[in-house]
Amino acid sequence: MSRKPFVRPVPATTWYMRNGRYLRYMAREVSSLFIGLYMAGLAMGLMRLAQGPDAWNAYLTALSSPLALVFHVLAFAFATYHATTWFNATPKAMRIRWGDGYVPGPTVVRAHYALWGLVSLVILVLVGVI
Amino acid sequence: METIQTDVAIVGAGGAGLRAAIALAEADPGLSITLLSKVYPMRSHTCAAEGGAAGVIKPDDSLDQHFSDTVGGGDWLCDQDAVELFINEAPRELTRLEHWGCPWSRETDGSVAVRPFGGMKIKRTWFAADKSGFHILHTLFQTSLKYPAIKRLDEVFTTDLIVVDGKVQGCCAIEMRTGQMIQVQAKAVILCSGGGGRMFPFTTNGAIKTGDGMAMAYRAGVPLKDMEFVQYHPTGLPSTGILLTEGCRGEGGVLRNKDGYRYLQDYGMGPESPLGEPVLKTMELGPRDRLSQAFWHEQQKGNTIQTQWGDCVYLDLRHLGEAKINERLPFVRDLAKSYSGVDMVTDMVPIRPVVHYMMGGIHTDITAATPLPGLFAAGECACVSINGANRLGSNSLTELLVFGRRAAESAVAYIKDSGVSVDGAAANREATAVEARIRALFDRPEGDETTAGLRQEMFDTMEGGAGIYRDEASLTATTAKLAELRQRWQTLSVRDKSAVFNTDVMQVLELGAMLDLAETVASSALERKESRGSHQRLDHTERDDTRYLKHSMASYRGETAPPAIDYLDVTITKSQPGVRDYSGAKS
Amino acid sequence: MSERTIELEILRYNPATDEAPWYQTYTVPCQEEWVVLDAINYVKDHLDSSLSYRWSCHMAVCGSCGMMINGEPMLSCKAFLRDFGRKIRVEPLSHFPIERDLVVVLDDFMEKLPRVKPYIVRDQEKPIEEGEYKQKPFELYEFKQYSMCINCMLCYAACPQYGLNSEFIGPAALALAHRYNKDSRDEGRDQREEITAAHDGIWECSFVGACSEVCPKAVDPAGAIQQMKLASTMDWYLERLGGVGARVKRSLSSRRTSK
Ligand SMILES: Cc1cc2nc3c(=O)[nH]c(=O)nc-3n(C[C@H](O)[C@H](O)[C@H](O)COP(=O)(O)OP(=O)(O)OC[C@H]3O[C@@H](n4cnc5c(N)ncnc54)[C@H](O)[C@@H]3O)c2cc1C
Ligand code: SF4
Ligand code: FES
Repeated sequence: MSRKPFVRPVPATTWYMRNGRYLRYMAREVSSLFIGLYMAGLAMGLMRLAQGPDAWNAYLTALSSPLALVFHVLAFAFATYHATTWFNATPKAMRIRWGDGYVPGPTVVRAHYALWGLVSLVILVLVGVI
Repeated sequence: METIQTDVAIVGAGGAGLRAAIALAEADPGLSITLLSKVYPMRSHTCAAEGGAAGVIKPDDSLDQHFSDTVGGGDWLCDQDAVELFINEAPRELTRLEHWGCPWSRETDGSVAVRPFGGMKIKRTWFAADKSGFHILHTLFQTSLKYPAIKRLDEVFTTDLIVVDGKVQGCCAIEMRTGQMIQVQAKAVILCSGGGGRMFPFTTNGAIKTGDGMAMAYRAGVPLKDMEFVQYHPTGLPSTGILLTEGCRGEGGVLRNKDGYRYLQDYGMGPESPLGEPVLKTMELGPRDRLSQAFWHEQQKGNTIQTQWGDCVYLDLRHLGEAKINERLPFVRDLAKSYSGVDMVTDMVPIRPVVHYMMGGIHTDITAATPLPGLFAAGECACVSINGANRLGSNSLTELLVFGRRAAESAVAYIKDSGVSVDGAAANREATAVEARIRALFDRPEGDETTAGLRQEMFDTMEGGAGIYRDEASLTATTAKLAELRQRWQTLSVRDKSAVFNTDVMQVLELGAMLDLAETVASSALERKESRGSHQRLDHTERDDTRYLKHSMASYRGETAPPAIDYLDVTITKSQPGVRDYSGAKS
Repeated sequence: MSERTIELEILRYNPATDEAPWYQTYTVPCQEEWVVLDAINYVKDHLDSSLSYRWSCHMAVCGSCGMMINGEPMLSCKAFLRDFGRKIRVEPLSHFPIERDLVVVLDDFMEKLPRVKPYIVRDQEKPIEEGEYKQKPFELYEFKQYSMCINCMLCYAACPQYGLNSEFIGPAALALAHRYNKDSRDEGRDQREEITAAHDGIWECSFVGACSEVCPKAVDPAGAIQQMKLASTMDWYLERLGGVGARVKRSLSSRRTSK
């Protein structure tokens, strides 16, 4: 047998370092970690609230520590990244008929942003920020 | 050497080969079928066809009209019984392809749409946007996956037919991935190996179109018919030979010379049709040979534009507007933009005639059988002949289907009726001799000759001597040069000695095939002292029906001799030779 | 005619003599409008006839000439030199075994393709005499995009999931299954779903989206796979709804069988 196909190994742990596209994908995946942590923090806050005003105030103080601030900025950045990457990908999965074609991709994306803005606005109004 | 035994071997998995394979599987599920191809089926050059496939389905059309367009377009060199059969079968075959899932473009009511095509008096070309051949090929390939009886040998390069006692009993091939020889012993062989446009420098043909199958049949003693008829397509991109489909003109594109003048009206194809309203069978919708010849005359008059790739004229589509171009011609817009840097929405595209199609090929009768028992041929490698002296665009994709199927049916009938069996020992002796000959290529002493060097000399002499216009002197020089090149090929060595995927040996063999074919083209052209269809002689400018209403037949006479040229009568049933009129004067 | 010189760094591998692939550099005089394939052809014709690679159409339609060009999967006949610098690195497609030089082994894809039944499946064939199936322009439009695949394998070379697990059916084959599922003439979606929604099918995809980014024919296999995930999820819920679900499912697909 004269054949001897050569298989190039794919590094099992560092494969995503091979190009920017994979890195961006990993960033999207990693972003869920931050969102998870943030949710855990939020849940803790609820717990503290239930325990009474002292616990709640201690929680608020902890939140204003520099470390917590850095974490929240990061979490916000990752959440935004996560949301935008998914929003931008929605037209691939959602195809809505429009005449003899589909609603154009950018329109679907914009609709998502609009909805996001609206929901945020409602929440902000509800909690009394505006 | 590995031996494979099969009932029918098909060489070539393009449109014709795949259609034949499916027809065999459907004719008799018990049949063993081996489909050999030097590339994966979906790489076959059928994928490059853009325009579409002709078949009568619309109420305003008729079989008679398709018949007379085809026969007239072929300058009365078509066999009319074959044309009639072809035209009758065409709609069924195209409909069958629709049932198999081909994404034909549609009318708003959901029926199949048709578009106009050069030389056709009525719209009858089925199309799938501007990727018709691509969709036909992939539909056939994917459909063929349904049939387990079809055993494919992909990337297996066939080199020779095995002939035992005057009967074809299989073929020999090199398996590219191992470099080993295989013999496929078969009761019947169908050649569907495509054309050989690669013998010319400027061509729309892909690298694989080197005419191997034609050369195999030729060396096995089957005559090659009408080889002098080589079609130039009037609208190729000058840099690469990439085709801008005739659909461009069907949709309303026009040709202009350097002054912006629509010069076709000066060559018997006028009067000028209004912009954006193409009139069937005149001006830009005249047949390809006339359009390519008009280019040559404009070039002589100095009316062409000079580009870095030589003389060109313009294809102007700007008046169609962006929306229509995107809907009907998205692929060619992309091609022109990428390979020539011109956006056809805003600019005119420089184009020139390029070699496109070989009307000639392996001599077969109306049942797709060759004179050699057990050997059948279909598709571009065969000459039935429905294309005569000039193929009408969109007839050949249909031809693949109609005659691919017929070849399969004839092969089945041949096996049943003759009760042939393969003489394994004799076939093995033949195959062993072939193997020795291939091995010897590797042992040739390494000299100065290179494949690329010889190929370039072949290009130069074919372009210079056997191109759009020919004469005694140019053809004599070309035949002499080709005889010399064939001799020099005998000393060409394979430099790469390795076994696995050796494309060097493949190119040497392909060049050998092209040189043999080129010689049949030039010799047949030299003998035909008239002008007809795509064969235009400056020294014999008229058609001569008394002497040349005949097919030329080139027969092999060995490695050192030129072919023998004989003639065979054309079958005429109902249309006597007349004048090809594309002036639009008659309705 | 403007000329320039480039350096082509090509990954070579000859199973007869090499233990592992290695790079060979060629200096190639080029025309400005050339594509990478033209430069490789120049090497083959004038510098080294032993170089092996696949090509045919030179017009981005046969799918033969996929290669990694500066690390990106591309058709070499559509990779214009003008878009690159002086040095260009050419390697065989990632994730496939190298047969020799730039030629990779495609057996894996060729074996997977028939598994997704890429052809029209019908309970009852319509006789040819009854003519064509009617298909409205929108019905054609629904699947047209997914029928444009030239099997060039760039998407497999781009897909990290396929790189990690070659059992994954992969972008092009799944897109083709979707193409037939979406065809108004077809009735085979349930049969295909048994393969595409099973192990190594659509759920192996983590939506990296690299396939769609490199696809030269805008097939958007990633989109096809996400739509299949959605449809398959719907099926799963409908199945659990019993009779009502079955009725909904039937009415959703009645459009197909009506012809
Ligand atoms: C750019 C272009 C556009 C065209 N447009 C149209 C159009 O719009 N309408 C129309 O009707 N016609 C058109 N044509 C013509 C038509 O496409 C071809 O004539 C037709 O596709 C040929 O099909 P085929 O099956 O005979 O051969 P091909 O598709 O060329 O297939 C040949 C097969 O033979 C195999 N083969 C060859 N040699 C060997 C060997 N030695 N060993 C093993 N296998 C071998 C190859 O691998 C391949 O599978 C066009 C042609 C070109 C080039
Ligand atoms: S989906 Fe695109 S990238 Fe993948 S094989 Fe098909 S054409 Fe190539
Ligand atoms: S050579 Fe055909 S796709 Fe590049």
